[in-house]
Amino acid sequence: MDSILFIIAAVAAIGCGLNLVLQKHPISSALSLIGVMSSLALLYLLLGAEFIAMAQMIVYGGAVMVLFIFVIMLLNAGAEKRSDKSLFAQIAGFPLLAVLVVLLAFLIRETPFPSKISQVQFGSWVPGGSAEAIGMQLFSKFLYPFEVVSVLILIAILGAVVLARKEID
Amino acid sequence: MIEHIPIWWYLTLSAVLFGLGVAGFIYRKSVITVFMSIELMLNAVNLTFVTFSYQNKNIDGHIYSFFVMVVAAAEAAVGLAIILTIFKNRGTLQIDEIDSMKL
Repeated sequence: MDSILFIIAAVAAIGCGLNLVLQKHPISSALSLIGVMSSLALLYLLLGAEFIAMAQMIVYGGAVMVLFIFVIMLLNAGAEKRSDKSLFAQIAGFPLLAVLVVLLAFLIRETPFPSKISQVQFGSWVPGGSAEAIGMQLFSKFLYPFEVVSVLILIAILGAVVLARKEID
Repeated sequence: MIEHIPIWWYLTLSAVLFGLGVAGFIYRKSVITVFMSIELMLNAVNLTFVTFSYQNKNIDGHIYSFFVMVVAAAEAAVGLAIILTIFKNRGTLQIDEIDSMKL
């Protein structure tokens, strides 16, 4: 059953990713990106990462994509103009990408990982990535990075406000 | 029918998504779409983190991918503000036309 779910989510993610690259209009790309993020959230659930799956849906699928779509609508971004590409890029671009991906897949398959676990079994990792486990780690072992990241968010908010404000004389 | 999914399928899916992100980054000509391709690459890396976290039965990978999400959200806010400023100053979103630093 979980293998069927994996295949559905993987096909949806790759299809939406291809659509993101091939569409002409930014809004179509944004909607495809939402598709990729939702299927990734399903994959995280299959891997036992409940908290990350929910954060993916809320932070990425919700907040970040709303920001993207908001900016696309604000700027009224239309279909992009395609510029001329070199002959080499036109002919060899996607075949070379496919070769790279196949090589990577082969390398990943043949790499001897130190862990004995080589298959994903849904529900076999019992506490897993529950909110409780993540919270315990986040506020003990990773407390210092957590605090630093909050400062980073503050700087990002200030930077966004400074960059996007209207000039006042 | 395969009963359980091998780990390397997840890692390969992540590599494919990362490759698609790189392709979009190079191929697309609109600043916003290039930015979305970067988000796609970050997502692919997150999938790798979570997969290795499962393989080692260690929660640290989840924390790393959580931090990647936080930084990506901050980066999206600043990046989109930069895109707004570029559009206000130059009136275009085409990457080819933003070339004032070209010699």
